[in-house]
Amino acid sequence: MLTAAELSAVRADFPLLARTVRDGRPLVYLDTAATSQKPQCVLDAEQDFYERRNAAVHRGAHALAEEATEAYEAARAAVAGFVGVAPGELVWTKNATEAINLVAYAFSNATAGRGGDAARRFRLGPGDEVVVTEAEHHANLVPWQELCARTGATLRWLGLTDEGRLDLGTLDVIGERTRVVALTHASNVTGAISPVAEVVAAAHAVGALVVLDACQSVPHLPVDLHALDVDFAAFSGHKMLGPTGVGALYGRRELLEAMPPVLTGGSMVEVVTMTETTYAPPPQRFEAGTQMVAQTVGLRAAVEYLGELGMDAVAAHEAALAQRLLDGVAQVPGVRVLGPSTAEDRLATVAFAVDGVHPHDVGQLLDDAGVAVRVGHHCAQPLHRRLGVAASARASAGVYTSEADVDAFVEALGRVRTFFGAGAR
Amino acid sequence: MSMEQLYQQLILDHARERHGHGLRGDASGPGAGESFQVNPTCGDEVRLRVRLSDDGTRVADVSWEGVGCSISQASTSVLSDVVTGAGVADVESFAAAFDDLMHSRGAALDPATEERLGDAAAFAGVSKYPARVKCALLGWMALRDALIKASKGE
Ligand SMILES: Cc1ncc(COP(=O)(O)O)c(C=O)c1O
Repeated sequence: MLTAAELSAVRADFPLLARTVRDGRPLVYLDTAATSQKPQCVLDAEQDFYERRNAAVHRGAHALAEEATEAYEAARAAVAGFVGVAPGELVWTKNATEAINLVAYAFSNATAGRGGDAARRFRLGPGDEVVVTEAEHHANLVPWQELCARTGATLRWLGLTDEGRLDLGTLDVIGERTRVVALTHASNVTGAISPVAEVVAAAHAVGALVVLDACQSVPHLPVDLHALDVDFAAFSGHKMLGPTGVGALYGRRELLEAMPPVLTGGSMVEVVTMTETTYAPPPQRFEAGTQMVAQTVGLRAAVEYLGELGMDAVAAHEAALAQRLLDGVAQVPGVRVLGPSTAEDRLATVAFAVDGVHPHDVGQLLDDAGVAVRVGHHCAQPLHRRLGVAASARASAGVYTSEADVDAFVEALGRVRTFFGAGAR
Repeated sequence: MSMEQLYQQLILDHARERHGHGLRGDASGPGAGESFQVNPTCGDEVRLRVRLSDDGTRVADVSWEGVGCSISQASTSVLSDVVTGAGVADVESFAAAFDDLMHSRGAALDPATEERLGDAAAFAGVSKYPARVKCALLGWMALRDALIKASKGE
């Protein structure tokens, strides 16, 4: 748990939180699930890199190139350590979307024969099945739909309960034909934390690989990917206090070694002739072209910042906010939470529907009070359909969110139905 | 800008009453056209049908169905009032004027345009919120598309 003094010190580290919006209202930022704000140390780390060490990495032998390469690899080690894996198991990507697509296209390339015999386990064809869940962000659904369309494999999915939790009663969808199981660690809509251990056990029992979308868990909970025993995992820097333009793919070392490359070109090769190329070992094999070095350095500063606060303390702070959000929303008549109604095994991410008022209109009124929430389908249309709505509004907290933020949101939410005359109907 | 200025009473009333709501007539055939539009950011949808007069110069009927925010619903409701019975050329110039209004970023309307737009001038405040402009234009986009189809007799 963060003390009041610690929280106000944290808030002071985020310059943007001090600004006002819409005619001078203090900003109440409750859209951290979309992207987080950045502490000064992250901004400084990027600036410092450009001011003192900027050079292309893994190319050239001059002093700056050496320092930049060192900074890049040290950032990899720091971020890998933050999620409990070895540096050689962490591939830099642009974001989680790219990380998931990287895995999906590696399967395709293996299916087309690339990677030879070593990549056999990534070949898919008719009769094989890829299993996702109904809770997925489009980033962990559409790449698998496309992979199935390219290979002839069949897409299947685990269902959800009415509270938006994974329905373990549907776990028997995972069977002998299952080759890949892709699921989110925590939903960006309902905030529900998935029972990863149960799914991993079911998948591994049939020899399927597990791809974890850890976008929403890594910023908010202590995450140890080795302990979770997943085979791949993806997350985005910008959701965890880091810069945009950098994310990561974790892959078990032996899998990354067997995987054919996806993007090809400079920096990821060993020997190139006019007809053939041999590839660098992972992670370089998957990092073609000039990389986002400054952003990796910024992301390192972000994980160090979170590490200093302690992810247990961060999680405890956010658990209290989750409870306060749920209690607050429950007090407002005509508001329904889309997701678990209790704070256990859930994030401080609360999507809701306001009876008689469209989410866009809800968001507009909150915005007028300085409260930033997300409205729409949050890139999860099937999940919304499952919960019986087309769209929702969503308040999501982060390490810098205060109880006062939650209270300001609840207060503004209380005025919404009156304004639109929805209560009277 | 206050929320009362954005959500004028006329908008709230139209959002509730939704003139022209409920599809009728044919989706295709001579003088008939239908269009389906979505706003990909929020998933809002509108399906709109038009039927032209026999000589093809007037909009004989407009009907629609949709889910969406108060701005998109009210805007399509006003559209239905404006367009039903009007000449196709007038409808096109009205649609262009409304489009201009939506891209005016809150600049004051000149009295002639304001008069021309009538009830639709109530949406002026929307132009200050770029994220909501699409909501106000959703029905109008469907109308333009449906008119093209109707005049081709698809
Ligand atoms: C659960 C989840 N998965 C994947 C993504 C995709 O992340 P990005 O857009 O950074 O690639 C997001 C965020 O938008 C998310 O919340």
